[in-house]
Amino acid sequence: MTSVEMQAQRVVFGETLVELADLYSDLLVLDGDLANSTRADILNKARPDRFLEMGIAEQNLVGVAAGLATLGFVPWVSSFAAFIASRDLDQIRVVVAQPHLNVKFAGGYSGLLTGATGKTHQSVDDIAIFRAMPHMTVIAPGDGPEVRNAMHAMMEHVGPTYLRLTRDPSPSITPRERPFTIGAAYVLREGSDITLISTGVQTSRALEAAEILSGEGISVHVLHVPTIKPLDVDAIVAAARTGRVVTAEDHTIIGGLGGAVAEVLGEHRPTPMVRVGLRDVFGESAPNGPLLEKYGLTPAHVAQAARDLLARTAAT
Amino acid sequence: MAVSTTMSEQRLGELRDLATQARRLIVKAIHKAQAGHLGGPLSATDMLVALYFEVLRIDPQNPSAPGRDRFILSKGHSSIALYTVLALRGYFPIEELSTFDTINSRLQGHPDMTVLPGLDMSTGSLGQGLSPGVGMAIGAKRRGLDFRTYVMLGDGELQEGQVWEAAFVAARYRLDNLVAIVDHNRLPQYSWPNAGGEGLVLHQPEVRARWEAFGWRVLEVDGHDMALLVPTLAHAHEGTPGVPTAVIAHTVKGKGVSFMENQFAWHAKPLSDEQCAAALAELGELPA
Repeated sequence: MTSVEMQAQRVVFGETLVELADLYSDLLVLDGDLANSTRADILNKARPDRFLEMGIAEQNLVGVAAGLATLGFVPWVSSFAAFIASRDLDQIRVVVAQPHLNVKFAGGYSGLLTGATGKTHQSVDDIAIFRAMPHMTVIAPGDGPEVRNAMHAMMEHVGPTYLRLTRDPSPSITPRERPFTIGAAYVLREGSDITLISTGVQTSRALEAAEILSGEGISVHVLHVPTIKPLDVDAIVAAARTGRVVTAEDHTIIGGLGGAVAEVLGEHRPTPMVRVGLRDVFGESAPNGPLLEKYGLTPAHVAQAARDLLARTAAT
Repeated sequence: MAVSTTMSEQRLGELRDLATQARRLIVKAIHKAQAGHLGGPLSATDMLVALYFEVLRIDPQNPSAPGRDRFILSKGHSSIALYTVLALRGYFPIEELSTFDTINSRLQGHPDMTVLPGLDMSTGSLGQGLSPGVGMAIGAKRRGLDFRTYVMLGDGELQEGQVWEAAFVAARYRLDNLVAIVDHNRLPQYSWPNAGGEGLVLHQPEVRARWEAFGWRVLEVDGHDMALLVPTLAHAHEGTPGVPTAVIAHTVKGKGVSFMENQFAWHAKPLSDEQCAAALAELGELPA
């Protein structure tokens, strides 16, 4: 790969909070004693007046945010994705999603790459959990610039929203100044033999896979789906015109992007598919490289899934 | 407007009558629905009448006024008592109580703020109400509003850890505009299997000490004595600056109907026609 800009989504998250605090007087950030990990501390340093420490108590954290939202504040709940999606799930269901309160959830350290903290701190099912919850919007940006643009869009959107963020630097793959449209998917590469559909930072690995396959004479279409819910059904159906779809995500294939795409195509355009992602397993603590390798998320894995699907569908 | 050390005997009589009327309406609504809770609503009725008729600074014609006092029924299963008092206070027609628990009703089994005006928070999953109250109290201070936030909890739900997460943060943020009311009726739905078997009184002799240990000021009151309830609740926030207040209200589950009082089985149980008539007779309703 040629040299590309690398950015950590969590840093962009913290910096964008500062930007938004200037634009929106009602923005508040509520932390669960993880601000120097999630990088909400960037906001705390710049705008301590907008930062509320809630301590190591995620259930109360969500309830306090709900109470603030009833007064017109726009609370951003900041914690790890694994805790937001599980530790305080009932609170999100009852006092945020059901009453449709305008609370933003920023789930840091999503997926497997959590700084070698292991399965308790990795979130492999957060997309599935929030996709299934009525009233929730679910966004998994592909890179730093998209985090920033998505956060601006989230402030203009009223309603509970989950933002899935990652810890470590990843390549910038989306246009820096493109306004983010909640519910829109983006074609990153045009092709005709097979379609890769991905979300979050896994899209950068899907693009690398497309490069690998292109070198083998395969024309690859790449659709990036940063909003898992509401899903861009039209874009997914259109992207499936190649007749073969591989989905890719740093998440379980059950109920995540792969499940969502399968649902859409099953109803609108039955298409042979392979889902790349975690196969009903939790992760473990290890450096990023070995994790991606063992759990099958590398560009090579995505490329191989595409080759397998091409082989399987060539005979018919 | 809050008042009340000087409340007249006449006004006290009116409030007691309202509470009795509310109990009749609660019994009728539960009988009609053949579903819902009775014990908890009846233990909370006097407090809700005191709050909505004397203590809370509210306007039923303007239920979303930014400066209104807030009330959260954390023990959301006592919703019928809250609905009844809201109806009596003029938030919606009393006749609507007959829709409780029916399809498309605004009166859901547990309070749903998205459909019924006058509800400041949706509740139902126990242990969750105090946290939004903390958020409202923090928000009031940030907005420079002097409204007070009252949260009524059941004593059973004090078993939920989140209550103490919220209690800790409330003291930490010095929320003297927040009042927790504990409906201490000593009977949860089923209770612990210690001596005496099911439905045993929930022993929480340490309940006062727990709140104090978390940095709260604690008041105790007879939750059925209107003459004490009104001033206690009205002035609960006027304690020590920077300290939230918990009011432990000693109550009787099923209060007002002799065969329901202190009987855990009446936590939630449909009434027969005969039981309904007997209950209403005890509550002063003349036979039709």
